[in-house]
Amino acid sequence: MVTRMKILIVEDDLEAAAYLAKAFREAGIVSDHASDGESGLFMASENAYDVLVVDRMLPRRDGLSLITELRRRDIHTPVLILSALGQVDDRVTGLRAGGDDYLPKPYAFNELLARVEVLGRRKGAPEQDMVYRVGDLELDRLAHSVRRQGKEIPLQPREFRLLEYLMKNAGQVVTRTMLLENVWDYHFDPQTNVIDVHVSRLRSKIEKDFDMPLLRTVRGAGYMIKDDHRTET
Amino acid sequence: MSKLRVLFRTTAVRLSALYLVLFSLCAVFLVFYVTGMSERLLEQQTRDAIAGEVSQIEAVYERAGMNGLLRSLERRARQPGANLYVIAGPSGEILAGNVAGLQPGLLDDEGWKSEPFRYRRFTDESRGESHVALAQVLLLDNGLRILVGHDLQEPEKFRALVRQALVVALGVMGLGALVIWFGIGRNALKRIDRMSEASTKIMAGDLSQRLPMSGSGDEFDRLSESLNAMLGRIEKLNEGLRQVSDNIAHDLKTPLTRLRNKAEAALSGNEDRGQSGALEEIIAESDQLIRTFNALLMISRVEAGSAVAEMSDVDLSQIVADCVELYEPAAEDKTLRLEADIMPGVVISGNRELIGQALGNLIDNAIKYAEGATNPLIRVAMTKSGNEAVLTVADHGPGIPEDMYREVLKRFVRLDESRSKPGTGLGLSLVEAVMEMHRGSLTLAATEPNSGDGKGLTVRMVFPARAT
Repeated sequence: MVTRMKILIVEDDLEAAAYLAKAFREAGIVSDHASDGESGLFMASENAYDVLVVDRMLPRRDGLSLITELRRRDIHTPVLILSALGQVDDRVTGLRAGGDDYLPKPYAFNELLARVEVLGRRKGAPEQDMVYRVGDLELDRLAHSVRRQGKEIPLQPREFRLLEYLMKNAGQVVTRTMLLENVWDYHFDPQTNVIDVHVSRLRSKIEKDFDMPLLRTVRGAGYMIKDDHRTET
Repeated sequence: MSKLRVLFRTTAVRLSALYLVLFSLCAVFLVFYVTGMSERLLEQQTRDAIAGEVSQIEAVYERAGMNGLLRSLERRARQPGANLYVIAGPSGEILAGNVAGLQPGLLDDEGWKSEPFRYRRFTDESRGESHVALAQVLLLDNGLRILVGHDLQEPEKFRALVRQALVVALGVMGLGALVIWFGIGRNALKRIDRMSEASTKIMAGDLSQRLPMSGSGDEFDRLSESLNAMLGRIEKLNEGLRQVSDNIAHDLKTPLTRLRNKAEAALSGNEDRGQSGALEEIIAESDQLIRTFNALLMISRVEAGSAVAEMSDVDLSQIVADCVELYEPAAEDKTLRLEADIMPGVVISGNRELIGQALGNLIDNAIKYAEGATNPLIRVAMTKSGNEAVLTVADHGPGIPEDMYREVLKRFVRLDESRSKPGTGLGLSLVEAVMEMHRGSLTLAATEPNSGDGKGLTVRMVFPARAT
């Protein structure tokens, strides 16, 4: 059994914080809550958390200055910034302040959960792995090649990056916006199902001639690549 | 005379008044300096002449005695323009010479008379007039006194002339300055009055007013021009704001009503797909609303120009290629062919995210509306000509009637009355705002204007590019 992920929610809206705590608990994540910037900073400095979820506008110390101060104290817990400001430049200032991810309000909880899990990095492949493996699927990051059951699968460069991101976060849900952000480096809303079409193309390439499906669609959330035969350790 | 007071308050008049005073002071100083110098020179010359004559007379007296001296003085006094000569007794009574009367006591001491003094000539006696002269007195050993002097009428005349010239010149300067003040000041005042008149109207709410321009291109015109440009921008922003608030009221009511109806139906159990299905639909509906709000905020943000700070050199060719690559499978999914013809390495100053979104909106529109068209080709082309990067997205869908080109750029305007296609009605508005932010232009045209149906739509965007 993996130790449970522990996160800190710094949010001044008590109702929203209570809802988040409950939803995270149902997803198997333990959370603490701080309702202003100063106590958030104190708790984040004193305790070890896997991820901090920080609202941008907080009483006593705003979210960005909290993050800057944490980084100054050499604390590098991953931070996800929640903000009602969702424009391009707000995201840029948020990430410049030392945040690791940025989610504009209002958001779907599934989106937040997926991002927190990816930031917590309890699943998926270690960063330094040069070869990602999921079941019989193998992706070589150096050789830029993909094999399944030893058979080479030719992929377009973008399809390769898509698969690489999915396999890096194997066993975790990745949302469509996460894919657009990490594979295409765009943060806008593409309106139509452009990502879905890319994923289904990729899926047909890696699953067409094989029995075992690997790439699953998680309803209402996104996608997950996972080897169903192996039990989770 | 409040008008005169106002006139005097203009900068031009104040400045010219200041200059007038300064120049007058300089002129007065200069005139006094020059006349003072020349007077001193003249006096020196006079003194030299007198001193010379005195020493000659002394020499004559020593050589020829009293008789010779008298003869010599007689001769000298008769010359035209002669100096003044007086021979006087020891008590000062005039014995001979060409002077009728002197200031009393003048002959008491030998040497220079330090001050110019008054005297009378023989010719003056009838008129009682007196003259001013400079003189030296010589004391002879027999007790007689001899005065040699020079009339100072000429320097006096000179001084009077200079004073007169000074008065006339100052008068002319003052008069000229008054005329110029009046001209410049009144002209400036008139134009400023017209400008403030226009601004009063603008303040009263008529943002379509513009400041008057004379067409001369002077500083007033330049000021009016930049103020007018500012007003144009304000008017546009204001108009946008009003349009947004109007349209938000109209267009957000519909989805909110739908949302409410669905929630109501789910609550009363009248939903065929069961409660969770209804809730899913409600979430989808709210997502669409959020999307609309985000798009609205983004447009106003872009229009307000706050994203301009995030502009940098971006590879437009790469952005276009990425976008085409992103949408290509979606197009193929709808049996459309997305084709790209991109000139590589075109760099512009811009915001990658916003250009990507704008182009994404256009390709998305093309895919949405060209679905099922006879010609399935959607062509994205980018070339560079001169200092412009030209990006076009051309489809062969139903197109847009020519008279609606301006209309569809407005917020929430959708030609698709039935709202059968998903969308916010904000896509093209955002494209327009993004193009404006990049100082580019956006034009709509038919792809095949002569085709019967399916004229198609070609959207052309022109960006200012780096000269290569």
